[in-house]
Amino acid sequence: MAIEVRVPTILRSYTGGSKVVEGSGDTLSGLIDDLDSRHNGFKGRLITPEGGLHRFVNIYVNDEDVRFLGALDAKLNDGDSVTILPAVAGGALGFAAAAALLGPSHRSAATRKRTEGR
Amino acid sequence: MNSVLTIDSAIVKAIVAHARRDHPDEACGVVTGPIGSDVPTRHIPMDNAARSMTFYEFDSMEQLRVWREMDDNDEEPVVIYHSHTATEAYPSRTDVSFAGEPGAHYLLVSTREPDVEEIRSFRIVDGVVTEEEVNIVDATVDA
Repeated sequence: MAIEVRVPTILRSYTGGSKVVEGSGDTLSGLIDDLDSRHNGFKGRLITPEGGLHRFVNIYVNDEDVRFLGALDAKLNDGDSVTILPAVAGGALGFAAAAALLGPSHRSAATRKRTEGR
Repeated sequence: MNSVLTIDSAIVKAIVAHARRDHPDEACGVVTGPIGSDVPTRHIPMDNAARSMTFYEFDSMEQLRVWREMDDNDEEPVVIYHSHTATEAYPSRTDVSFAGEPGAHYLLVSTREPDVEEIRSFRIVDGVVTEEEVNIVDATVDA
């Protein structure tokens, strides 16, 4: 058995147009490495150069957001279903804040933003 | 690319009402339609999980529910909308960097003027913003 991964439109250029692909791994991180070995470039769209989960995607294991399951360390089992969706966000952020979001440190800025919002 | 968003006036009215209701926070949502139709038929106001005057973000769990529902109904997000509450209805750099649905119309509503409706629509593909015409038509669906 394997792990089923549902791929959003914006990432299907990496999967030859496939909406669903299969992979394997004990953790989300392992699964992403496995997928990247067959779909070159996939990993770069999900993980930042600093090694964190990318801000522009939401990843779910079955019905849970992986941010609540340990992010890249989230445990996976055969038969799990992983869903990737583009995060839908934006807004008229101030210029400095937008620059921070777009810059190399964008992830920490975004995380702060997320915390503020709760 | 020359494109146009054709959308029912009842849906536009509901989107503007949602934006006014949540002002001064930004409002956001989606209008789904049958896959490939380019016709927005089902208006779904979403929670702005950021509850901010300058940022919006779909709640990730609500989004999963709605995106699954779309899958089950053979629908896709035809329109993704949000409001700017103090600035023009034009995509910000943040909007562009997050735009992850190349097939969707990005509709922006500005609520900066209480009496003026400012509604504009854009395609955002690979970081490139293209404004398009908004063609508002009458009574084809229930919003």
